[in-house]
Amino acid sequence: MFNLKTTPFHERTSALCQPQNWRKWAGYFSAGSYEHVLDREYWAIRNSAALIDVSPLIKYVIKGKDAAALLHRVTTRDIHKMKVGQVAYTGWCDEEGKMIDDGTVSRLDEMMFRLTAAEPNLRWLSMNAVGMDVSITEVTDEVAALSFQGPNTRKVLNKVVEMSVDELKYFRLMKNRINGIEVTISRTGYTGDLGYEIWMTAKDAIKIWDTLMVAGADYGITPVGILAMDMARVEAGLFMLDVDYTSTTHAWIEPQKSSPFELGLDWTVALDKKGYFVGRRALEKEKREGSLWKMVGLEVDWVGMENIFKRVGLPPQIPGMAVRGSLPILVGNVQVGYASTSTWSPLLKKYIALAHLQKPYFEVGTDVRMEITVEHHRQHAPAKVVKLPFYEPEWKRK
Amino acid sequence: MAVNQYDAIIIGGGHNGLVAAAYLAKAGKKVVVLERRHIVGGAAVTEEIFPGFKFTEFSYVVSLLRPEIIRDLELPKHGLKILPLPSTFTPMENGDYLATWDEHDLTRREIYRHSPKDAEAYDEYARVMARAAKAIKPIINLIPPDPSSLSIRDMLGLLKVGQYAASLKEKELYTIAKLATQSSADLLEEWFETDALKGTKAASGIIGTFLGPRSPGTAYVLLHHYMGEIDGAFRAWGFAKNGSGGVSGSILNAAQALGVEIRVECSVSQVKVKNGSAVGVILENGDEIQSKVVMSAADPKRTFLQFVEQKYLPDDFVTSIQNFRTRGSSGKVNIALSELPNFTAMPFEKGHESILHRGAVSISPSIDYIERAYDDAKYRQISKRPYLDMIFPSMIDPDMAPPGQHVMSCFVQYAPYDLEGGWNDEKRNELGEAVISTIEQYAPNIRKCIVGMQVISPKDIERIAGITGGNIFHGELLLHQIFFLRPTPQWADFRTPLKGYYFGASGAHPGGGVMGAAGMLAAKEILKDGN
Repeated sequence: MFNLKTTPFHERTSALCQPQNWRKWAGYFSAGSYEHVLDREYWAIRNSAALIDVSPLIKYVIKGKDAAALLHRVTTRDIHKMKVGQVAYTGWCDEEGKMIDDGTVSRLDEMMFRLTAAEPNLRWLSMNAVGMDVSITEVTDEVAALSFQGPNTRKVLNKVVEMSVDELKYFRLMKNRINGIEVTISRTGYTGDLGYEIWMTAKDAIKIWDTLMVAGADYGITPVGILAMDMARVEAGLFMLDVDYTSTTHAWIEPQKSSPFELGLDWTVALDKKGYFVGRRALEKEKREGSLWKMVGLEVDWVGMENIFKRVGLPPQIPGMAVRGSLPILVGNVQVGYASTSTWSPLLKKYIALAHLQKPYFEVGTDVRMEITVEHHRQHAPAKVVKLPFYEPEWKRK
Repeated sequence: MAVNQYDAIIIGGGHNGLVAAAYLAKAGKKVVVLERRHIVGGAAVTEEIFPGFKFTEFSYVVSLLRPEIIRDLELPKHGLKILPLPSTFTPMENGDYLATWDEHDLTRREIYRHSPKDAEAYDEYARVMARAAKAIKPIINLIPPDPSSLSIRDMLGLLKVGQYAASLKEKELYTIAKLATQSSADLLEEWFETDALKGTKAASGIIGTFLGPRSPGTAYVLLHHYMGEIDGAFRAWGFAKNGSGGVSGSILNAAQALGVEIRVECSVSQVKVKNGSAVGVILENGDEIQSKVVMSAADPKRTFLQFVEQKYLPDDFVTSIQNFRTRGSSGKVNIALSELPNFTAMPFEKGHESILHRGAVSISPSIDYIERAYDDAKYRQISKRPYLDMIFPSMIDPDMAPPGQHVMSCFVQYAPYDLEGGWNDEKRNELGEAVISTIEQYAPNIRKCIVGMQVISPKDIERIAGITGGNIFHGELLLHQIFFLRPTPQWADFRTPLKGYYFGASGAHPGGGVMGAAGMLAAKEILKDGN
């Protein structure tokens, strides 16, 4: 059929997806949510165990003597320092030091890596691999992936894995077996909670799903769609390509582009690493001179917002889910930036946003105002710049 | 003796006491909370009564916990999570059921099955109630002014209420006036024809009162419950992680992080008075703690009739506290289950998740059923067929019970405090049996599922949680006991006739439930007085 692709879990996910609210994710059908109301799915991430089909993530296996060298050259991390079994989150840039995409690099073996990406990057990777002894294979269809997120996930996994995941540290991975089936389990995720991502051959997908659903039944396991995940990732201060930043490959004009520093990824830019990497000179310059923009967290002052709504006789009305839409941010009457994703946080009972602010307004504690629409009128609710993430439970890294 | 000198002493470590302590500490005050029991939380506690099974012993849902308290005290950072309770399921005597779900159209379709007219009325009813609730909600955060007083503060307060009332539409005023005087049965009969719907709605009008659905004034209590609804997605309604103890626990953590000192197993015997002002407390062990501010978070009777010698209070005040209605009318049965009871109206297969158990199950098949239950109570008997509000905490928070097993919380009304012949083990068993045999009618396998059971009578609520009369709201939410009349006229602003002595608990404005508003408002008044 001439249509979007379905993921290897589709047989299960399609039977469970009550609202039939399929979203398009990198050419695949992806469940928006499984229930009509997001509450239970959101809280599964924060309180029990959320099972999320993340198979549409674009995945490459990069293999060969120069595999590390290629990734060292393309990404901003010091790949040569990575041990086998380590996972690194990274962005990658063009020569001007502006972000192309972001994802995780997993060192599966001395000479083998897996790279995830939001968009196809094969051409870019190949261009950078000229003369290198390396093969780059896209395995998006062949490798199914489940993101298993929430404080109870460790208990559930330990019921079904051959080797306990107790010792698996944050941003490490291990080869393991579930129900006799070979999988890779990484201690990673997109929610800022305790969580794992399980990587398996596509043909084993249904068996792994079923095994986890049975094992998790007594621990509150809940299939969760990308809408609830979108709320959790904002709380975790994690951004999304094409929502919170524009890839240089899509940008029409310079101001649409972002550097890793502007996105708050300073910690991923290893300027001390050896040798050349794409964007190095530009990034060194930006580091020296300071960035003009920065992505920060914004907390809307609830009482201030309430007062604005009160003027028209309403209690605050904001969407109960993440909104991917740009909202102007002001200081006085001057626009100093914009929020790219905003959401109600059911956990914090706060209206929060990821925002891009100009120097010097991105300093923590700065008072700004964010646009809200009140009865069809533009208003500006007081808000404060806060440190990201908004929420970080102690068990995330423990 | 320096250690025993504080800026404020809070008597009682219930959630209101902890909230008040946290707000005072946040303002830089040196605060100590004195709790009689070995744990804090008051009626909002979670205890492991059987190994592995955690019971949210008394209160069991969070309904009106003020969102500003959650934000001000950063309770999520201190562990607070309020989990959704998505449905209410009412099994009917004819074997059918009536359910309301978290999805509007599913609910409408479900009610339509019983009555197309009710399905439409349901939406309209919800809107009218929500509008009325919205109309009176601003009053919750208002310090009740004394209408007979000529002080500037009270006059301004009255002006606010007056302005506010003037801003209401005529229609809204009528609705509110009607709600204030009607019985919930009369109100609901104007709207609906389905018995199970009327019964279930009426039930929320009697919770915590010693009234039946046909008693005037109960319509107001329905409205009180709608307050939580109008914040929509921003509401703090649901089941707290780790039960109600999770709410107190997070407030405790927040308070301690702000420097509040907590003393448990520390009973207060008397408030110490010097020159007409409170100057501290005397503990039961004879120790004294000094402070110019003493706030009681206990119930009004303990606060004014037990902790303070009557000579320090005006006679009419004492009389009016004596007359404050604190008739306990409900009990609680907490059950450890090996498996979920299967309701015949909507059975589930083993190995499949049951949807109804995620929410509340209400035994309220009709208004008559509840009124009959009240009839028993009027004559000081346990209801033979009581109203039950049940939830399965382990379905919402799996950590409440060992994997694969469950806990069940049954709120039961009526169980009169003033039972004929008094409460004893036999009567307690009778209450437990009334609950189980009632459930059995709808879920015949219930007895086989039970691995442990705790029956709490109003007498036990009084004994364990220290609430006089065992009334879950520290005093019934009756029209003559709310707003500027709570706990008593002239003294609804958290101050008391005794200088330096404050009162901030469920028996004060705006009333009961795990709400925290009284504690917060009292703390703010204490600070306003320049303490």
